[in-house]
Amino acid sequence: MEYTEIMVRYGELSTKGKNRKSFIDRLHGNVAKVLKDFPELRMQPHRDRLHIKLNGTDAKPVMEKLKNVFGIQTFSLSVKVSRDFEDVKKKAVEMMHEAYKPGMSFKVGTKRSDHSYPLDTNQINLQLGDAICDEFPEIDVEMKKPDIKISVEVRQDGIYLSYLTVKGAGGLPVGTAGKAMLMLSGGIDSPVAGYLAMKRGVDIEMVHFFSPPYTSEQALNKAKELTSKLTAFGGNINFIEVPFAEIQETIKSSVPEGYLMTIQRRFMLRLTDLIREKRHGLAIFNGEAVGQVASQTLESMAAINDVTTTPILRPVATMDKTEIIRLAEKIDTFNLSIQPFEDCCTVFAPPSPKTRPNIEKTRKFESSLDIDGLIQRAMDGIKITTIEHGDKFMESDQENISSLL
Amino acid sequence: MIYFDNSATTKVNDSVLQTYNAASQEYFGNPSSLHKLGLKAYELLETSRKQIANLMGFKQDEVVFTSGGTEGNNWIIKGTAFKKREFGKHIITTSIEHPSVMNTMHQLEELGFEVTYLPVDKTGHISAQDVKDAIRDDTILVSTMAVNNEIGAIQPIHEIAKVLKDYPSISYHVDAVQAIGKNLQSKFIDPRVDFYTFSGHKFHAPRGIGFIYMKEGKQLEPLMAGGGQESNLRSGTENTPAIAGMAKAIRLLKENEAGKADKMEQLKEKLVNHLKGMDNVHVFSQIGEDFAPHIICFTIDGVRGETVVHTFEDRDIYISTTSACSSKKGLESGTLKAMNIQENVATSAVRVSLDESNTEKEMDEFIKNLDEIHDHFQILN
Repeated sequence: MEYTEIMVRYGELSTKGKNRKSFIDRLHGNVAKVLKDFPELRMQPHRDRLHIKLNGTDAKPVMEKLKNVFGIQTFSLSVKVSRDFEDVKKKAVEMMHEAYKPGMSFKVGTKRSDHSYPLDTNQINLQLGDAICDEFPEIDVEMKKPDIKISVEVRQDGIYLSYLTVKGAGGLPVGTAGKAMLMLSGGIDSPVAGYLAMKRGVDIEMVHFFSPPYTSEQALNKAKELTSKLTAFGGNINFIEVPFAEIQETIKSSVPEGYLMTIQRRFMLRLTDLIREKRHGLAIFNGEAVGQVASQTLESMAAINDVTTTPILRPVATMDKTEIIRLAEKIDTFNLSIQPFEDCCTVFAPPSPKTRPNIEKTRKFESSLDIDGLIQRAMDGIKITTIEHGDKFMESDQENISSLL
Repeated sequence: MIYFDNSATTKVNDSVLQTYNAASQEYFGNPSSLHKLGLKAYELLETSRKQIANLMGFKQDEVVFTSGGTEGNNWIIKGTAFKKREFGKHIITTSIEHPSVMNTMHQLEELGFEVTYLPVDKTGHISAQDVKDAIRDDTILVSTMAVNNEIGAIQPIHEIAKVLKDYPSISYHVDAVQAIGKNLQSKFIDPRVDFYTFSGHKFHAPRGIGFIYMKEGKQLEPLMAGGGQESNLRSGTENTPAIAGMAKAIRLLKENEAGKADKMEQLKEKLVNHLKGMDNVHVFSQIGEDFAPHIICFTIDGVRGETVVHTFEDRDIYISTTSACSSKKGLESGTLKAMNIQENVATSAVRVSLDESNTEKEMDEFIKNLDEIHDHFQILN
């Protein structure tokens, strides 16, 4: 059957009151960005639904992409029929042929937004139900939990039929909850933290520290590629690269080994906070999980967090590694995250970092450094790129390889 | 030239060779290297693995590269034996296996394993009932071939698999080296099989490359210890050009596989029917469902197989005695012996093995020469 549109139902809108419009606008924009590769689509955002007219586009890949966008509760694939009721019957039966397998039950549910239509809701339900029962004499009618629900919507421009309703990603449209910075390493946890922040509508910008030549171009590209993966959930993301080698070298040469890691992290946090301030972010997200590594003990977090009062949100803080990995697999960042490139956290990692750093000592060791100068030079070297859905950064010879094989 | 010795080895396909060359020159990095060239080679390696897995209906992680059939058979049998020796030391195989299975079994016997060699019937087929009867509490592995390399008998893999369903702790290995590319997939791919062996040079890939299927969740003791390549299972720098060539060869093989097999079957029928009308000739490869379409084994009574091979060779036609791997040792055919064929008949056996590029014209030419050679040798009878 050739479908004509996808009808998108919004999530969590009832609580949004006056923000409804900005919610809808933002969702529309995010959907448009994720679906930018389908030029034939036409979108009509309405107060209670977003209609995506297919105009001949194959619905399957569109639905695949739509499944990821936050702020969508469910969506249905529909076909538009003329207001001639005989046409509606014919299409409904055709639809059942597509959906029905022996033993299944069904119901018809009608909504009339156009009350001038000659048949009322009950009449439509009954007549379509009859037509379907005539065609499938074995079929069961089931009002409470039917296997197939044929939804009928009567509008002025035509009648819309659908049976396939897909669960969306839920959450809030990215951007409706304000902006924050995400500290993105190349590991497994921080992309998952980013995903969870986006799920609550947060517009994140990636802050990535890199240390050439201690870390490679591939490591940087990997972080960008991870960002590209996250664009599937809400559209473009800004990627901010911060050069970090000078700071790491300086710390390494003048701070006792046990405090290297703590002080490096404090610098990272200071820089992220400065960037946040400049870019009007409200909070910082990171991928820290309690007790996972030395820098993620509560004592360490306290010593690192000492440099700012900005809210630091840690969406994976209480998750087990296996839970984080499961999510990373679900959002397709896992295989990328485990690619073995040195990142800036590992190159200067001391053999035995303090798991319980002392805040006073940390401050004291740090005071010998030219903090302002180091921070300023790093800030001067910042590079910002906007990463769009579908952007590729990892070296790939796939095309050439495919032609070889 | 007429080349009818494709079960021994095949000629590398031209476009496979191009892939091999391009991969050698453009993707020469070590797939384990960290730099760009290494990553490129790694990508080629994994894309090849994915392509092979997809075409064969396996998962990507279930394909492990080896140097070919002999390594695959050695590894699966020894690797299973070593891994599971604490659970038992009994292995079941058949009396018609390739030397790479047979001799591996003999080595294991020296290490204290017990091996049961199942007999075959007079058509060269094993029976699933025999497998069932041979199973003991300490049986850890059953290893059978899918298509016999000497006479082309297709073994009842599904029936054996059905028997083994009741014995989930026994690993089941199928040597599928002669079965690939002959549209026989439905006969030898069975979900109960845990391991398959494949070899590249039997299907126009370069030699020295092959792969095994290792079902998800199954384990093998590595035989090659070293740098930990192939997920720590098979160390040694991967032969990426040959692997890429093999991935391409499989793709070419799978294109119109059914049509190619039908063509071989027609040529086989032509020869078999002709042979059946000749005096003092025995044919061991029958036409029908349980014989592969590409192997024809026969004898001209009273003439040693080697003599027949050389007589054809003088006419620029290449066939073999029953198995290339044993032909130089002057041994009689293991399969024919297992089929209880008299020794003097078995030593006369020769094997014609076809591939999809062989033509009807070649077959006609072959038959013409066969008649002449046959007539000539009748003085011996």
